[in-house]
Amino acid sequence: MQSKMKESDPILEVENLSASTDNLPILKGVSLTVYPGEIHAIMGRNGCGKSTLSKIIAGHPSYNITNGDIKFLGENINFLEPEERSQSGIFLGFQYPIEIPGVSNLEFLRVSTNARRKFLNKEELDTFDFEELVKEKLEIVKMDHAFLSRSVNQGFSGGEKKRNEILQMALLEPKIAILDETDSGLDIDALRIVASGIKKISNAQTGIILITHYQRLLDEIKPNYVHVMSDGQIIKTGESDLALELEEKGYEWTDNFVKDT
Amino acid sequence: MVNENLVKDVVKEPYKYGFVTDIETEKIEKGLNEDIIKLISQKKEEPKFLLDFRLKAFKRWQKMKEPDWAALGYEKIDYQDIIYYSAPKQKEKISSLDEVDPKLLETFDKLGIPLTEQKKLTNVAVDAVFDSVSIATTFKEELAEHGVIFCSISEAVKNHADLIEKYLGTVVPASDNYFAALNSAVFSDGSFVYIPKGVTCPMDLSSYFRINSGDSGQFERTLIIAEESSSVSYLEGCTAPMFDTNTLHAAVVELIALDDASIKYSTVQNWYAGDEEGIGGIFNFVTKRGKCLGKRSKISWSQVETGSAITWKYPSCLLLGEESVGEFYSVALTNNLQQADTGTKMIHIGPKTKSTIVSKGISAGNSKNSYRGLVKMGTKATGSRNYSQCDSMLIGDQASANTFPYIKSQQPNSEIEHEASTCRISEDQLFYLQSRGIEFEEAVSMMVSGFCRDVFNQLPMEFAAEADKLLALKLEGSVG
Repeated sequence: MQSKMKESDPILEVENLSASTDNLPILKGVSLTVYPGEIHAIMGRNGCGKSTLSKIIAGHPSYNITNGDIKFLGENINFLEPEERSQSGIFLGFQYPIEIPGVSNLEFLRVSTNARRKFLNKEELDTFDFEELVKEKLEIVKMDHAFLSRSVNQGFSGGEKKRNEILQMALLEPKIAILDETDSGLDIDALRIVASGIKKISNAQTGIILITHYQRLLDEIKPNYVHVMSDGQIIKTGESDLALELEEKGYEWTDNFVKDT
Repeated sequence: MVNENLVKDVVKEPYKYGFVTDIETEKIEKGLNEDIIKLISQKKEEPKFLLDFRLKAFKRWQKMKEPDWAALGYEKIDYQDIIYYSAPKQKEKISSLDEVDPKLLETFDKLGIPLTEQKKLTNVAVDAVFDSVSIATTFKEELAEHGVIFCSISEAVKNHADLIEKYLGTVVPASDNYFAALNSAVFSDGSFVYIPKGVTCPMDLSSYFRINSGDSGQFERTLIIAEESSSVSYLEGCTAPMFDTNTLHAAVVELIALDDASIKYSTVQNWYAGDEEGIGGIFNFVTKRGKCLGKRSKISWSQVETGSAITWKYPSCLLLGEESVGEFYSVALTNNLQQADTGTKMIHIGPKTKSTIVSKGISAGNSKNSYRGLVKMGTKATGSRNYSQCDSMLIGDQASANTFPYIKSQQPNSEIEHEASTCRISEDQLFYLQSRGIEFEEAVSMMVSGFCRDVFNQLPMEFAAEADKLLALKLEGSVG
C-alpha cells in the first residue's frame, strides 16, 4: 500500500484483516501499514467499521478475528490480551471514555503508567514521584490538578473526558496511538488543546491513527495518509487532500469506489 | 471470548480456613428440650437467674415461628438434629495458656490468630472461641490495670454476675425474635467487655469465633458495656471448616453505650460459604443491636460479610440518648449460590439523634443479595436526621440484588434521606482498564474496592487491608 520506500521497520501492520462480532462480519479484509513518524487518518460513515478496527487492534474481547493478522513491531499480536498490548505500546483513545465510579483518577493513572514502565524495565513510581510526573503532563492538556482526585471519567464533561484520554497517552508514551473520534463533542478551544497535545506527544518514532468524520481535526494535525472506509473495507487511500475532497463532495462520492487494491 | 477463557484459567483459590482440627470433644446428645438446657447451664455452673433466663427464653421460642419474610430460600432446619453443646476436652481448670491443648493453639495459629505469649498480636487483645467455649483471652492483666474487663461470657457470669444480671437481654430481649430466643435458651460462650467510666480502651479488643464440629450449632453471646465517657473498638472474625452439611450459627450481640461513650464494632465474617453447587456452608442467623442509652453516645457498626451460605443479619441501633449517633457501614459480598439478607434498623427515640447508613452489596455468580433496613423516627425524635445510601453491584448476569428500605416517621420535625443505586461491572469498563495495561484481576478488584471505599474507610487499618484482599479472593473467577 505504501508508495514510498521506508527507511525503518513498520510499527503496525494490519494484513487482510477480517473480524466479526456475534457471527456478524464487520471487517472484510482491511490492510494498513503505519511507519514511525506517520499520521494516518481513517474516515468513513458511521458503521463502516472504523471504530471496530481500532478496538480490535487494542484487543477488545467482543470481536473475533476470522482472517488476517495484526503485527506490532513485527510480532503477531492477534492473541495478546488488551493489557499486554497496552504495556507494549499500543494506545487506544476512546470515542466514549468509560466511567469507573469509586476508582480515583490519580490511582488509575499511576497503576496504568507503572504497568507500562514495568514493561519498559523502568522503575515504577510511588505516589509522590508520580504526582510530579503527572503535574508536568497535565500542562499538555491544560487540565486542573483537581481532576486527579475525582473518580475516573465520572461526571466529566465530554471535553474533559477527551482531555483525560490525551493525558493518558502522554503518560503512557505509546509507540502507536489510535485516536477514535477524539475530536467529536469538542468545541473549537478544546479541539485546539487536544490537537496541540497530540502533536506534542508524538514524534518521529511514534505512529498515529486518527479516526474522524471531520476535516477540522485534520486542519490542526495534517495526516500523511487518508483512508476512506466503507462496509468493513478501506476503499480508497490518498494523501491529505483526499480529506478535503471528501469534505467537499461528501461520502456519497465514495459510494462508487470499489476497493482499490 | 478472550476474557471468559482467562477467567476459566484462573485457578480458584480454595477456602483457606476449611480444615478440621482433630481433637477429642465433649458433646452432649442431639436435640433440644428443657433437660438439655438444664444440662448446659449445669456444665457451665451457672447461677439460678441465668437458668431461669434460659428456660423462659425456651418457653417463648417454642411458641414462636421461624421467620419467613426474608428473601431467602433454604430447607427447613431440624432443630432436634443439632448438638447444642460441644467443647474440646480440656483439664477442668486452666490457669494459664501453657495448659491449653497445643492442638487448639495450633488451630488459632493457622488461622492467623496466635495466642501464646511469645507470638500473640501486640496491639490487639483476643478472645478465642472454639465451638461452644472460649479457649483463651490475651492481655487480660494489662487491660485490668485500666479497669477494662475482657473475658469470655461464661467467666463473666461467674465473676461479674451483677453486670450480667443487670444488662443481659436488655437490648435484645429473648422474645425479640425466633433466633434470639433460641440463642437466649442455649447460648454457650462468647465475649464480655466492660469499659469503666472515663476510660479509653488502650488497645483494640477482638473475638475470633471458630466452628469446628459439623453437627453442632454455634450460639455465642456477646455483651459490651461502655460506661460514661469511655470508648472501645471491637473486632470480630469468624471461620469454619468445610462440611457438606449446613451448620447453624445463631448469635446475639448486645452493646450498651452510656453518656458520651462510644463503641465501634467491626466484623469480618468469613464463615464457610458452601461449594459452587451450594452444598454445605453456615446458616448465619444473627441478632446484633446496640443501645445508645446515654446522651451524645455513639455506636458504629461496620461489617464485611463474605462468607456463610445464608446470612440473616441486621446490626441495629436504638438511639435513646439525646444527640446520640448510630452508624452502619456494610459490605456484603455473595458469590455462587450464597444468599444474604442483611441491613440495619435505626430507631430514633431521643431528640437530635443522628444516623448514617452506607450499604454496599456485591452479587456475583448465582447469588442473591438483599439490603433490608428500617429507619424510624419516634414521636420524641425532634430534630433528628438519617442519611442512607444503598448501592448494589452486579457481577455477571445470573446474580440478583434487592433493596428493601422501610421508613417510618412519627415526627414531622426530622429528616430522612435515602439514596440507592445499582451498577454492574461491564465488559466495557474491564476493557477500558485493561487497555490501559491493567491486568484483568486487578481491574476487577480495583472496581470492587472503589465501590466499597466508603465502607473500607471506616474499618480499622489492618481490617481494611484484609477485607480488600478477601474480596479479591472471593471474586476470583467470577467475572466473565
